[in-house]
Amino acid sequence: MNFDKELNARGLSCPLPIVKTKKALADMTTGQVLKVISTDVGSVKDMQAFADQTGNTLVSTAEENGEFIFFMKKK
Amino acid sequence: MTTKKMAIIATKGTLDMAYPPFILASTAAALGYDVQIFFTFYGLQLLRKDLSDVMISPLANPAMPMPVPMPVMVQMLPGMESMATMMMKQKLKKHGVASLEELRDLCLEADVKFIACQMTVDLFEFDKSEFIENVEYGGAAMFFGFAGETDICLFV
Repeated sequence: MNFDKELNARGLSCPLPIVKTKKALADMTTGQVLKVISTDVGSVKDMQAFADQTGNTLVSTAEENGEFIFFMKKK
Repeated sequence: MTTKKMAIIATKGTLDMAYPPFILASTAAALGYDVQIFFTFYGLQLLRKDLSDVMISPLANPAMPMPVPMPVMVQMLPGMESMATMMMKQKLKKHGVASLEELRDLCLEADVKFIACQMTVDLFEFDKSEFIENVEYGGAAMFFGFAGETDICLFV
């Protein structure tokens, strides 16, 4: 999937993946896609909750080799 | 959509109890909440520029997981608090949990408002110059001006 920016959140625990996602989205424009890579299993539910509460769209969630990859489209 | 609001009352000054207010506040701010933390009593320690005195003690803390079971008599020995604090900080770091300083900075960056209880600042004769600069001083009534309008209000 195409993306405009990548956030490496490997090794970070709650709430850093969410807080850093929010910060990364801040300087992006509507419709742009942020790719987030996390190793925190809690981030799977947190990213969905973040999307639900902020209006950004979680386009996809995938797990690859113990890493979680999210594509978040900015509202 | 009106902005949601959250207020937290932070009353504890130990390392373990310092985390919940900062974690919840930074997360809520990331979700778009307008957040204020009211620091009172020992919670005021979390506003110091230097947070190295924020420690954890195994004493009177039977729920704290210890690598080896430790009798209370041993927990009382000098240096045990520093050792427990050092071990806890190592554990936090190993698991990728942010330091208190980092979480506090993230809160400030996200415009979380810090209010220090003026009464307890006076009571404990704290020197305001030891606190970080982004702090407003006020009383309970001032806090309720915000807390009364919140969606979530927590006492930690």
